[in-house]
Amino acid sequence: MDAAASEKRLEQLREKAWQEGVVPGRGVDVTGGPIPRKPGYYGEPVVKPPVWTWEVPLYFFFGGIAGMSAVIALAAVLFHHVDLARAAMWLAAITGTILSPTLLIMDLGRPHLFLNMLRVFKHRSPMSMGAWILTAFGTCAVPGLIALELHAHQIFPGTLNQLLSFAAGILIFGAAIFGTLLATYTGVLIGATAIPVWFLHRTLLPIHFGTAGLGSAAALLELLGHRIPALNFIGYYAAAVETALLIWLSVAKHGAADRAIHEHGSGWLVRIGEVFNGPLALLLRFFGFIPWAAISFLAGALVSRIGWIGVGKVSGADPEAVFASQR
Amino acid sequence: MIGEGTHSTNQRRHNYVRENVEVGFFTDPTVCIGCKACEVACKEWNQVPDDGFIWSGNSYDNTGHLGASTWRHVLFLEQDRQKGNQIVSSHSLGNGGGEDPFRWVFLSDVCKHCEEAGCLEACPTGSIVRTETGTVFVQDDVCNGCGYCIVSCPFGVIDRRPQPLADAGGAFKCTFCYDRQKSGLVPACAKVCPTESIVFGRLDDLRAQGQQRVHQLREAGYTDAQLYDPTETSVRGIHAFFLILGEPEAYGLPPKPQVPTIYLKSAWTAAFATAIASIIATLVAFAFSS
Repeated sequence: MDAAASEKRLEQLREKAWQEGVVPGRGVDVTGGPIPRKPGYYGEPVVKPPVWTWEVPLYFFFGGIAGMSAVIALAAVLFHHVDLARAAMWLAAITGTILSPTLLIMDLGRPHLFLNMLRVFKHRSPMSMGAWILTAFGTCAVPGLIALELHAHQIFPGTLNQLLSFAAGILIFGAAIFGTLLATYTGVLIGATAIPVWFLHRTLLPIHFGTAGLGSAAALLELLGHRIPALNFIGYYAAAVETALLIWLSVAKHGAADRAIHEHGSGWLVRIGEVFNGPLALLLRFFGFIPWAAISFLAGALVSRIGWIGVGKVSGADPEAVFASQR
Repeated sequence: MIGEGTHSTNQRRHNYVRENVEVGFFTDPTVCIGCKACEVACKEWNQVPDDGFIWSGNSYDNTGHLGASTWRHVLFLEQDRQKGNQIVSSHSLGNGGGEDPFRWVFLSDVCKHCEEAGCLEACPTGSIVRTETGTVFVQDDVCNGCGYCIVSCPFGVIDRRPQPLADAGGAFKCTFCYDRQKSGLVPACAKVCPTESIVFGRLDDLRAQGQQRVHQLREAGYTDAQLYDPTETSVRGIHAFFLILGEPEAYGLPPKPQVPTIYLKSAWTAAFATAIASIIATLVAFAFSS
C-alpha cells in the first residue's frame, strides 16, 4: 500500500470512528474516536466465567439420578417392591459411585490430587460439602446394594439374612438422605457464586436440579421396564414442578442482570430443556405415551443442565450483567 | 510516602509477618505513569509465564485483565472528562471548535485480598489460606484445580492456568509476595514502582494516607476522586485498595461486590425444601398406588 492509499484508509477509519464511536476489529477499536463506548473497561469481563467443561453438566445430570434413585429405592423397600428397589440401588451405585466421581475427577485441573477434596470439611463451601455428600452417599449406597442383593438372593440362612435385611434398610435410608442432598446441592454450588445469572436464581436452581433428578430417576426406571403407578405419579409430580419453574423463570426476569437466559443461545437450552421436562413431559404422560414422556423428561433434564452452565459462561463474561445485578 | 526516599515504607525492611501486622497496598492512579514496571517485576520475581502476545487496540493496554498468569495489570482509561484542573483544548477535529476534554488514567490493578474472601471461603481443599499479614494466599501444592474459586471471586481475579504452561491446572493469583514478606522484603511491584503509585505498608496507615490523598486531590480540583474500598458490602473491605477518579465501573471494578457466601442461606433452604418435598412425594406416590 503506498503512502497516499494508507493515508486515505486512515482518514476513512477516523471518519468511521467519529461517526460510530468504535471501529470494529482488533487494533483499530479506538482509532480516531478515542473514547471507548463499551461497557466497563473496554468490555472486559468483571468476574471470571466458569472454566468448567462438559463433564460438569453431565455430572449434575447423573448425580441427580443417583441421589434420587436411592430415594425411590427407600420407598420401594418400605412398600415391598423388591425388584424395583434392586434396580434403583443398582442405578444409584453405578451413576453415583462410578460415573459421578469419574466425571468430577476428569474436570479437575490436577486430577491426581482429587483426594485433597477430603482434606478439610468446610460447611461454608458447597464444593467441599458436595465432595463429602458424594463420599457419604457412596459409603451408604454400595454396601446397601450388596446387603440388598445378598438378602434378595437369600444366600445366608435365617438370622443372618434378617440382619442383612436390617442393614440394607439402614444403609438405603442413609443413601436416600445423602441422595436428596446430592441431587440438590449442585444448585447451591452454582447459586452461591459471583456469576449474576446463577446467584439471581439461587432458590430456583436447587429446586430445579433436585426435582429434575427425581423425575430423571423415575423416568430411567420406567424405561428399564418398571412401569408401575408409583413411578408414573412421580413422573407427574416432577413434570408439574418443572412446568411451574418454567413459568417462574419467564415471569421473574432481572433485566440486563440475567439476560443470558432470555437472549443467548445457552438461554434457549435452559428454556427448551424446561419445556421438555415440564409441559411436554406432562402432556405426553397425560395422553399415555409414558416411554416418550420419560425420554422427554430425561432429555430436558440433561439439556437444561448444559444450558445452565452455558448461561453462566455468558453471564460471567458480560460486565453489564454484573453491574446491573449490583445496582 | 512520596519524598521519604529510602525511609519510605516501600523501601524499608520490615517485620510484619513475625509481628502479625495487617498489610495492604494503596494504589494511586494520579501519580501512575503507566510504565508497567510492576507487571514486569511481578512476572520476574514470581516466575509467572507469559499471558499471550495480543495487540488489543485498547489504548496502551495489551495485558487485558488479571488472570492466572497476570497478577498485576495496568489499566489505561481514556475518558472524555477533565482530570483535575486540566486545561481543555478547543481545536479538536470535527467538533465545531467546542470543548473536547480528554483524560488518560493509569491504574495498576491487583488481587484485592478481601477481608471476606470469596475464593478462600469456596476452596474445598483448604489450599487458599489467610496469612499472618491478613493477605490471601494459594498453596499451589494443595490446589487440585477444581475451579470453584474462579466463580466465587467477586472481582474476577483468580483463574486456572491452562496447558501447556508451567504448573498448569492449578489456580493462581497474586501472592502479595508472601515469600518476600517472610524475609522482610517489600512486594516486588511496590518495590519497583518509580512514582510510589503503589504503596505497601500497614493497612491502617495506608487507609489514613488514602483518605488524606483524596482530600488533597479534591482541594486541587479532582472533584471525582474517591477511594475504592468496599467496606459497606459483605466483602467488608479490601487489603489492596485504590484511589479512583470517577465511577468504579470504568475500571472494571464492581460497584457493590458481595462475597458469594451471603447467598448460601437462601440456596440451602431451597435445597433442603426440595429434599424433603422429594421424599414426601415419593412416599405418597408409593403409598397411594400400593
